[in-house]
Amino acid sequence: MPVYSLNINGKIQKVDADSDTPLLWVLRDNLRLLGTKFGCGVGSCGACTIHMNGNATRACLMTVSSIGTAKITTIEGLSAKGDHPLQLAWDEVDVPQCGYCQSGQIMTAAAFLKKNPTPTLEQVETAMNGNLCRCAAYHRIREAVLAASQKTK
Amino acid sequence: MEHTLHQERRDFLRKVSLSAGGLLLGFTLFEDLAAQTGKGHVIEGVRHDFNSYLSIGTDGSITIASPNPELGQNIKTSFAMIVADELDADWSRVTVVQAPLDTSKFDRQLTGGSGAVPHSWKRLRTAGATARQMLIAAAASTWNVPASACTAENGYVIHKESGKKAGYGELVAIAAKLNIPTDVPLKHHKDFKLIGKPIRNVENKNIVVGKPLFGLDFYRDGMVYAVVQRPPAFGSKIKSVDDKAARAVKGVSDVVRFGNNVAVVANATWAAMKGRKALQINYEADKALESSSDHADIFSKLMDSPNARIQRKEGDVNAAFKGAAKVIKREYECPFVPHNPIEPMNFFADVRPDKVELIGPTQTPGSGRKAVADLLKIPENKITVDITRLGGGFGRRLKFDYVVEAAEISSIIKKPVKLIWSREDDMGGGSYRPAVRYRFEAALDANNNLIGYKLRGVGINAGNPTRENNFPSGSVDNLLIESLDHNSPITTGAWRAPITNFLAYAEQAFLDEVAEAMGKDPVQMRLDLLQKARTNPAGPVRYDIDRMETVIKSVAEKSQWGKKPGTSQGISIYFSHASYVGQVCDVVMQDGKPVIKKITSVADCGVVVNSSGAQQQVMGGILDGMGTAMYGKLSFNAGEPEQKNFNVYRHIRMKGIPEVEAHFVDNGKDPTGLGEPALPPAGGAVANAVYKATGKRMYRQPFIEQEPFKSAE
Repeated sequence: MPVYSLNINGKIQKVDADSDTPLLWVLRDNLRLLGTKFGCGVGSCGACTIHMNGNATRACLMTVSSIGTAKITTIEGLSAKGDHPLQLAWDEVDVPQCGYCQSGQIMTAAAFLKKNPTPTLEQVETAMNGNLCRCAAYHRIREAVLAASQKTK
Repeated sequence: MEHTLHQERRDFLRKVSLSAGGLLLGFTLFEDLAAQTGKGHVIEGVRHDFNSYLSIGTDGSITIASPNPELGQNIKTSFAMIVADELDADWSRVTVVQAPLDTSKFDRQLTGGSGAVPHSWKRLRTAGATARQMLIAAAASTWNVPASACTAENGYVIHKESGKKAGYGELVAIAAKLNIPTDVPLKHHKDFKLIGKPIRNVENKNIVVGKPLFGLDFYRDGMVYAVVQRPPAFGSKIKSVDDKAARAVKGVSDVVRFGNNVAVVANATWAAMKGRKALQINYEADKALESSSDHADIFSKLMDSPNARIQRKEGDVNAAFKGAAKVIKREYECPFVPHNPIEPMNFFADVRPDKVELIGPTQTPGSGRKAVADLLKIPENKITVDITRLGGGFGRRLKFDYVVEAAEISSIIKKPVKLIWSREDDMGGGSYRPAVRYRFEAALDANNNLIGYKLRGVGINAGNPTRENNFPSGSVDNLLIESLDHNSPITTGAWRAPITNFLAYAEQAFLDEVAEAMGKDPVQMRLDLLQKARTNPAGPVRYDIDRMETVIKSVAEKSQWGKKPGTSQGISIYFSHASYVGQVCDVVMQDGKPVIKKITSVADCGVVVNSSGAQQQVMGGILDGMGTAMYGKLSFNAGEPEQKNFNVYRHIRMKGIPEVEAHFVDNGKDPTGLGEPALPPAGGAVANAVYKATGKRMYRQPFIEQEPFKSAE
């Protein structure tokens, strides 16, 4: 099997995987970075959202061979101590119900706030619409994104 | 490398054993109590019938084990709050861990029916209060003062007169030597310190950094990965299997057939998925391959069948309808829907000759274990079940088919196996909310009094799709509730608020039509019917008239019912799963289209344990109820579901969610559940508001396929 050198959370990681293996399963099965979740496998739920060169990307749709030297950030690498403004806001607003989709939600929101640090409520809704929360914690997700944006101002 | 609750339990045991080092390092209160009472040792409850583990270290740390599976209903936080409140513990010193399945210590170790809090309320309070009383007694004897002169507060016992103060950690060794008191008084509700407060989810900090809490996050070195191909159509079976290409896929180690399933086992998830794709399987029809059009015909036949089961009968319905001045007759219909918890089904199983280990997300660990014991012919006491956090349940994980599959595969290949379902497996896997149709008939006399009421509910694997004791039963003198069911190869299961999640919509929408025919305001019409049930009931009244009345009046007030010009409002009131919930939906017209702006909710679930968690359950329940009514539909073609992933199956998303305002009735009654009751009323409130705004009745779900939504899409 080919060996790929991936730049993940600031570290070069060597992985042995078939070229068509989705990054999602490389992260989970090979690297045991388990915060990136499997939800649908077709890019429709957002549970596997990671950052690829700073852009929110679905890890289930990226094959390992297509990553190259791109910088990948997973939820584990979003902050050193779990203290990204979004992570703090998520706790303060008490967002999670089951919690399964939340790392994907946070990763989508983090990439979005970087590009748009002071969004309107409508912009938040548009940015977050691709991330499914089956518990429908949408009110609090929206509130937490806005709260974090206030803090990063 | 092993994650999830193994780690958690190891931490717990380490903590306990550290503190159980007792005289040197710490002490476990209930270890000694257990030894005293001869009930074994270590993490034993105060009394064997306690439903919670409680351990206090000499450092003052408190560990509470939560027995019920956590799937987002926030039980892990609520349970611990109840214990900690009666204990007067310092919440910041409390750690909560998930208990494994243990029927010798716990009863009702499952998540379903909104039943965990009502079942455990007194048990948990007693557990906390008993420990508190013993800690006070320990302090009193040390200080040589009467226990009645001491109080407990935030992890300390205090003797006000002398100013003495001791932490629980300092007292625990002495407390443990005392006899366990009985008939311990519980707090007055006004003295609650935690209960009723907005306490954050105890798992938040782990969730936001992506800690491996869920079943799918469980990994053990040496395990293999399995995916299973099941018949794509309900009613079909395997004719032949060619697994040559699948076995040739790199990483695939085994291909095994069991029943009508073929498992592909590999050294990684992706290899197993690729191997499954390479399988060549021919299927043949075994039973009827039903399509949605067949179901429509089946419903029509059942509606006219002479063989209905009578669920409830009052008075003389035929006479009432014969003599009626006005009769309203309507049909409502709901399709199948999948549960779609965001974490797909999965389970770990390691079947060995002398023991079986099962680890994963399940709402019913006990039933899963029993099924595995029956299948493998291994006694239940040789099987352990560890419960991970569940990435949603909604009733799907009340079924344990995937638990049994994992065990069966492990028993065949004799390896530890992690079974993974894909989204398509889950949506096509057959545990659906049943499809149903209802026919309602109401008879009014010349004065517009409701003198007769008939409901026939017909379903596909729905069992009894009615709830015969629902309002307005008890308020109508002549009443007939009937049901019929069609036995289909398409398998169904309990879906969050089973039956009531669609029945409530149909009943509440029909009552809106009856109110209109009577020429009455829908709020007043309900109050009048309740008054009739109170003063002159027709048969048994199986709901609390006063509580329902309070909810109706309260939601009318909070929503400014009838006082919002330019806004069309619809009301829905429902008693289900022991709680009363009223909802008013506000719809406004924008660019000629109805827009759902707001849903105001009032819930009577007795004491609210965690006001933050309660808000979540109501807000999430309403959006789930509204979203499913608006968009939810699983259709079938020749036995096969036509929607198998989120790209074609629609759920409510963030854009366009209405404002939700959740209020609670503060009546001090013992708490009832809240995981389900806020969901059923939502669909009816939306339907009634949409009618008010547009003149269009929503006779079928999903509403998106009905006018006026259909052409607005």
